Amino acid sequence: MPRIKLATVLIAVLCLALGLAIATQVRRTNSGDSLADQRPQDLVVLLDGLQQREAALRKEIAEAEAALTRLRASGDTSAAALAEARRRADALAVLAGTAAAAGPGLEIEVTDPQGGVAPSDLLDAVQELRAAGAEAVQVGDVRIGVDSAFTGSTGEIVLDGVRLAAPLTVLAIGDPPTMAAALNIPGGVVDTVERAGGGVRITQRDRVDITALRTIRTPQYARPAG
Amino acid sequence: MIGIIALVVGVLVGLWLDPTVPEWVQPYLPIAVVAALDAVLGGLRARLDGIFDGKVFVVSFVSNVVIAALIVLLGDELGVGAQLSTAVVVVLGIRIFANAAAIRRHLFGA
Repeated sequence: MPRIKLATVLIAVLCLALGLAIATQVRRTNSGDSLADQRPQDLVVLLDGLQQREAALRKEIAEAEAALTRLRASGDTSAAALAEARRRADALAVLAGTAAAAGPGLEIEVTDPQGGVAPSDLLDAVQELRAAGAEAVQVGDVRIGVDSAFTGSTGEIVLDGVRLAAPLTVLAIGDPPTMAAALNIPGGVVDTVERAGGGVRITQRDRVDITALRTIRTPQYARPAG
Repeated sequence: MIGIIALVVGVLVGLWLDPTVPEWVQPYLPIAVVAALDAVLGGLRARLDGIFDGKVFVVSFVSNVVIAALIVLLGDELGVGAQLSTAVVVVLGIRIFANAAAIRRHLFGA
């Protein structure tokens, strides 16, 4: 009887200890400090894995940074190329007459009360202005472009299909004194027009606004060669 | 019966007191718990079989726990602690399942 009693007590004690151990272990596992009770070997393996991961991530960072630098550099060069292309497009637009232009220049008023001014006189005038460095020219309401042409007959001048009615205003952007001198040379444009019965009044201005535009003509026959 | 009551009381006391485990016991406590569970289930099975003996239970309980802890200790010393822990848990797990199956057959007859 005492032996059974002893066994029962021992069973109770052991089961109590087991319950205690289970509760403690569950508590400890849930507390989250799982690294504290790991074996050194496992910790070494963990550390090794973390170090490898760190190395891989560092490599990734370096690659990403290199890519960033590369892209930034190419972004810079393409931005510069874009700005250059835009500058050239602006300059060409002024030359081709597709953009409005402003700057110092001349305002030339041509009167023709007797209808004696010939298309060639105006052509001479434009020619003289160009020779004197005019960068943009407008005759009447027509912008002079690379394909402008004076047609018609004396007193009935047509420019690019538009009939020009006197009095006529010619606007030119360029160096005002040079252009004025070019028009005023003896035997030049002013002389010719006055001989034909017309009048020319030249005004030098600090700012001339040329607002007439030309539409771009797509070449029908000419193709870029080379 | 006394064992089950004591078990429940132990769990409650453990949750209530939240005792700290000494440093040197920490690696062996989980294994010891599994070994003890195996012993308890074995005892339950023996009781249902009608061959329960208190002395056998006490001895098997203690020896289970001690041997499991010793195996893990040995494994740690040999540098294969993790693997031996796994081996012990697997073996004890199989035994727990076998005992649980026997108990189930007794309780449900299937």
